[in-house]
Amino acid sequence: MKWRVAACFLLPAFALYSLFVVYPLLSALAYSFWRWQATARDGFAGLSNFTGLFTTFPLNQQLWPAFWHTAVFFVGTMLVQNTFGLLVAVLLHELPVGRRFFQTIYTLPYLVGGLVVGYLWSLLLSPSFGPVNKVLEAVGLGAFAKPWLGDPSTALPVVILVNAWQYIGFPILLFGAALAGLPQEYAEAARVDGTNAWQRFSRITLPLLLPSIGVVSILTFIGCFNTFELVYALSGAQGNQPTGPGGATDVLGLIFYRVAFQEGGANAIGQSSALAVLLFLFIFGIAVLANRIIRRREASLT
Amino acid sequence: MTVVQEQVEPRTRPVARRTKRRTARERAVLILAVLLLWSYAAVALAPMIIMALDSLRPNAAVLSDPLGLPTSLTFASYAKAWTEASFGTYLRNSALVTIAAVALDVGVSLPASYVLGRYQFRGGGVLTAYFLAGLMLPIRLGILPIFYLLGGLGMIDSRLGLVLVYAASGIPFSVFIMTAFFRGLPRELEEAARIDGAGEFHIFARVMVPLVKPAIATVVVFRFVPLWNDFFFPLVLLRTTDKYTLPVGLTQFFGEFQTDWSTLFAGLVIATAPIVVLFLVATKQIVAGLTAGMGK
Repeated sequence: MKWRVAACFLLPAFALYSLFVVYPLLSALAYSFWRWQATARDGFAGLSNFTGLFTTFPLNQQLWPAFWHTAVFFVGTMLVQNTFGLLVAVLLHELPVGRRFFQTIYTLPYLVGGLVVGYLWSLLLSPSFGPVNKVLEAVGLGAFAKPWLGDPSTALPVVILVNAWQYIGFPILLFGAALAGLPQEYAEAARVDGTNAWQRFSRITLPLLLPSIGVVSILTFIGCFNTFELVYALSGAQGNQPTGPGGATDVLGLIFYRVAFQEGGANAIGQSSALAVLLFLFIFGIAVLANRIIRRREASLT
Repeated sequence: MTVVQEQVEPRTRPVARRTKRRTARERAVLILAVLLLWSYAAVALAPMIIMALDSLRPNAAVLSDPLGLPTSLTFASYAKAWTEASFGTYLRNSALVTIAAVALDVGVSLPASYVLGRYQFRGGGVLTAYFLAGLMLPIRLGILPIFYLLGGLGMIDSRLGLVLVYAASGIPFSVFIMTAFFRGLPRELEEAARIDGAGEFHIFARVMVPLVKPAIATVVVFRFVPLWNDFFFPLVLLRTTDKYTLPVGLTQFFGEFQTDWSTLFAGLVIATAPIVVLFLVATKQIVAGLTAGMGK
């Protein structure tokens, strides 16, 4: 193939990707080191945009709580996916018929998207008219009916459950694909040796699934730390004020949006870019680190 | 990879299962398992069924009993959402933007993947890595520079601007799926075409592209879903209601129709229906996209 032809084939994708993905991300990095007056550069800022994130009001009071909410949001979601999601995947794997049917149903909420899921559940969980409380009353558990999203003690757990409900199809499919790819010999050999089903699962299947569990956890981590629309819709936010009771469901994705476009003040560009860089380093760093650990474990297994 | 497994698996597994007789205990466990799977299926579907049923009932009935069944079918709330809340416009914008973005994404990624997947050349590995790095990059964090970039191009509040950003953000995934597919194709076809005197463009368009149709289908279906659902970029980049896509339209709509639940549910159904239909006709591509790279 001639050079010129190859260039013709490569150039459009290269240009589009460089201009609208790579260049903006590199620019965000550059922006973070400058002080800004609205959209004009106002001198080199060094690291002051970064330190400013933790010292300027109101950000200094919102950032750490939002970080913890996001961390809890991730851990909660991950726990549900790697326990219940794994259980469902294993059961589906053993199912003689109807596997595809169940997988389809479980994956449906994932495809509907965070915003629609958030709005839908905000109606379902509504204190006065919501079906969730109506169901509780109908089965005689009316005492448990409450404003789920308005109560500081339940707001975040409910957001986690809704998120897990939305995404559960993904680990089910992923674990399903991994289970289908496992060699049958080990389990057969163990069966001949007279082990029971639980022993076979915990000693053979589970260790072999560790890489998949790792992948699910990493992808959940990336997804959770980028979460935005679900909380936006669920908390009925307009995007410019703390979400949930007393900011109980503020997550990092929302804070980033608010700093960049709502309450950032004159130096919004500098500050939000600094936050973007920190978020990127944190998410990317943890993901790479976790990936490396999994690879090492995987290598030591084989 | 996954496709191959799917074909082999159903044939061998049930046979292996049937040859061994289940004990009473195993049967009890199986029944419990099926029970659990059905219960969770109910949990997964109930919200969407309530959404669909309530959208067909008058608002007063929905508010007094959200769990009731429709007594008679009324599509009044759909008419209201379609005209008063401009869902017709939102739906058209979403379709326009999503289809154009996926088409552009595939249009540029296909030739690039062909070169990267079929030819060894200096810098090829680096270039592939450059594209694939995008799989890990959270493009949302670049929203401010994107905003000013589009501002400089006069494309704020423009559907074209949104299309460009969406298409670019899909390139890493598309290149990832399609290079792998191109790499797996046998050499002979291309060599035969070359001996017949076919030019490079002809080989690409007439010989290669038809062979990677499954990969194209995976990319199209799988990129369609997140773009259709995306809320962040139109929230920042679009300003006027008549350019809104469905997700941004929804936020406006939920503010205006707060107590009109029947219409709210109808709006949610309109936003969801195309995705559900797409999923039901293309489950295979969605599953392939979700488990891409996980085959073995």
